[in-house]
Amino acid sequence: MIGFVVFFAWLGFGGDYILWLSTRDAEPGRYRHAFPWVGLALSVIAIAVARYAYRTGPQKVLWATGAREVIDPQDDAERQFVNVVEEMAIAAGLPRPRIWVVPDADPNAFATGHDPNDSHIAVTRGLLAICSRDELQAVIGHELGHVKNLDVRLMTTLAALVGAVLLMREGMGRMMRGGGRLGGGGGGGRGGKKGGAGPLIAILLVVWIISWLIAPLVTQLLALAVSRKREYLADAMSAQFTRNPLALASALEKIENAAAPTAAIKRGSAHLCIADPLGRRLANREGWLADRLASHPPMGMRISRLKGMGYAQLKKEGGATA
Amino acid sequence: MGWVLLILIVVVGLWMVGAYNGLIALKNQTFNAFKQIDVQLKRRHDLIPNLVNAVKGAMDFEKSTLEAVIQARNQAVKVNTSGGGPEAMKQISQAENALSSALSRLMVVVERYPDLKATGNIGQLQEELTSTENKVSFARQLYNDTATQYNTKQQQFPTSLVAGLAKAQPAELWEIEDQAERAVPKVDLTSR
Repeated sequence: MIGFVVFFAWLGFGGDYILWLSTRDAEPGRYRHAFPWVGLALSVIAIAVARYAYRTGPQKVLWATGAREVIDPQDDAERQFVNVVEEMAIAAGLPRPRIWVVPDADPNAFATGHDPNDSHIAVTRGLLAICSRDELQAVIGHELGHVKNLDVRLMTTLAALVGAVLLMREGMGRMMRGGGRLGGGGGGGRGGKKGGAGPLIAILLVVWIISWLIAPLVTQLLALAVSRKREYLADAMSAQFTRNPLALASALEKIENAAAPTAAIKRGSAHLCIADPLGRRLANREGWLADRLASHPPMGMRISRLKGMGYAQLKKEGGATA
Repeated sequence: MGWVLLILIVVVGLWMVGAYNGLIALKNQTFNAFKQIDVQLKRRHDLIPNLVNAVKGAMDFEKSTLEAVIQARNQAVKVNTSGGGPEAMKQISQAENALSSALSRLMVVVERYPDLKATGNIGQLQEELTSTENKVSFARQLYNDTATQYNTKQQQFPTSLVAGLAKAQPAELWEIEDQAERAVPKVDLTSR
């Protein structure tokens, strides 16, 4: 959050500095860039966007997926879903979250909200269709784990910010193209005087432009880094609530095998889901690059960790599987 | 030297405040978790008359099973109205365990008659019952987890010094009273 605002302040004030350097030597009467209005404006915008993203994030995410709130369960599957959510809320010691169903045939689930008192859990119809009661319970346990760890606040805000940055860059890009023509016209008069500040301006300009280009990338990487760590923790929380890690393992296997991408869930909110909704092969590969770029840890790793938990539990209970 | 002592006293004092407040918070959480069990038990008691009414017409032949459920339920409701304390807790858990086993017998009976299960009403009630049983056991699980945390905290070394000040008492855990339920079920897979 703060990083986001500081980053935009740098973009704004950096731009001011460059403008100031390039207009410093202008003869009197021509425009001199003395007051850092770009920086101030961008900082204010960044703060406003961050605040807006924080406040409306959950609604935005739910709206973007086309989710429908389950108030009066329509059929047996929804009734069971509502019951399971209530059960897991009791196990987690949390108030019951609001419940949503996404009309999509691909199995997936996500949680959003600000804090445990204002949280939302959404699953797709596909998940309700393929999961057994125990598996559904494990998936909901995972999502409530995110709620209890307050991951939802961070990740929902990040989702909204990623969207906002993409939008802002688009707008600024248009403005910069316009500004470039203007700067070119003004530069002609300066070239004849002295070029002392020239290289410094050039370097700053390059760094500044690169910052602009990578802004969306940085926000997205941030979201991904947060998400991957939290997935393992939420898996473990699910196991703690249900005392049945094998159910989550088999639910993850089922979600994994139904490899079709979840059409209703867009890139911006991918890191909110229990499994990568884009069905990217990256999510299943291990290694440095995949580690940096995937929104979820490799599925195989998550399943094997859960199975490890499950077998340890069975062993403790006296080898009931033997 | 005087100020070193002063700092030490302030640090110890701050730690004591923190430990004391931590214990009180856990104590109240434990209490709350216990009350959550009550809420779920109440829900279960309210559900049972519905269930019995739904299967009564279709199950004239299993009168004794139904009667056992009703009796266990009335017993449990009566116990719940008495006061708190570990003694009451033991009584509650005894009555509820009796109810649980009566209910599971009933569900086994329902399973045995497919045409009974086919009635949509029974299917829904079965789901409700499964959910209610799960809610009771998850509420107990939460209570046991919270109480264990509380017990560990008040017995572990530095915090144990403040435990007396916070009037911390070890909280009782829910257990299976019925010895038959604790026994590992024996499955005989040898082919005859």
